[in-house]
Amino acid sequence: MASDDDRSVTDYTLNQVQLERIEKILDSDLVRSGINSVLMIDMAGNIIAKGDNGKCNHDVYALAALASANFAAVDTMANIVGEDFSLLFHKGEHESIHFSKIWNEFLLISLFGKDVSLGLLRLKIAEAIEKIKSVWH
Amino acid sequence: MAFVNLKNKEVQAKVVFYGPGRGGKTTNLEYIYNKFRDRIKSDMVSIKTHGDRTLFFDFLPFDIGKIMGYDVKIQLYTVPGQVKYNATRRLVLKGVDGMVFVADSMVEQREKNLLSLKNLQENLTIYKKSIFKIPLVLQYNKRDLEKQGIPVMPLDMMEKDLNSQLKVPYFEASALAGDNVINTLKKIISLTMASLQNVLK
Ligand SMILES: Nc1nc2c(ncn2[C@@H]2O[C@H](COP(=O)(O)OP(=O)(O)O)[C@@H](O)[C@H]2O)c(=O)[nH]1
Ligand SMILES: [Mg+2]
Repeated sequence: MASDDDRSVTDYTLNQVQLERIEKILDSDLVRSGINSVLMIDMAGNIIAKGDNGKCNHDVYALAALASANFAAVDTMANIVGEDFSLLFHKGEHESIHFSKIWNEFLLISLFGKDVSLGLLRLKIAEAIEKIKSVWH
Repeated sequence: MAFVNLKNKEVQAKVVFYGPGRGGKTTNLEYIYNKFRDRIKSDMVSIKTHGDRTLFFDFLPFDIGKIMGYDVKIQLYTVPGQVKYNATRRLVLKGVDGMVFVADSMVEQREKNLLSLKNLQENLTIYKKSIFKIPLVLQYNKRDLEKQGIPVMPLDMMEKDLNSQLKVPYFEASALAGDNVINTLKKIISLTMASLQNVLK
């Protein structure tokens, strides 16, 4: 990733229409499949897009900062052992969290309850990621 | 790498507090958090060791309201200052828009300030950023120690050591007492926002 010296802006650009398309994908593919809350963030910890079922009130900015740092640390560990980890999953008693990379630039963070099957969810997330990628083409 | 969301008219920018270990970076954020508690809706997040040293970073989102029609969120971070944590320090610098360098005024910390500033310059290079171009404010912290008879470096010595080439705004501060903490913050926010101006049209 190259960054510009003079202007501190992200290397990717997303216009309003693209953002709307992404939020629509998050909503129709993920929130409607039972995910409580989903965030698309960049690796600096900025929130790009989000969706939720209206029942979640987590501190999403803190989540984004921690998730990007956590993933960066995992990436660095992967480099050390010569691997590439593209997803992470933590299972909780009531709420679980799933992280997936979208290329190397973004991270999709999905929070869901125990009523959702992990298998189905993985499938939905993979589909959503493909759709999000196509927003750039 | 601030993110400008044209849809929600929101800007997220990242300001990182850098400097030698125990210089007062975390104390700066704690002061800001306590001072603006009613305005900051989230908790301050700290990833620290059992010995209360910063292990990864502290994080505090700071809403500054509307600028040029955009809702501006400044994400404040600190890095772990200890030399051994350079890998994590680098990670925190990713996408940084503005920096505060918190130098320790104690005489015995002179060398550590220099090393940390040099380390910052090197780490910015990794992200193709220049310490001479990024919005930067120097804070000479712990000035209050002088009153307790603990030797601190004179201002001109610190200026010569750290700011003779950079020539950036600086403040003499006490993060513990809160002296000039908010002025440091205001300055770096205004420099950072000025650097984003051509994006916020
Ligand atoms: N006297 C004095 N002590 C300070 C000041 N700022 C920080 N400290 C103390 O220095 C120690 C290290 O501060 P901390 O914020 O953890 O440093 P960091 O490693 O840069 O995050 C703590 O014991 C603070 O209370 C200051 O302005 N004056
Ligand atoms: Mg600290």
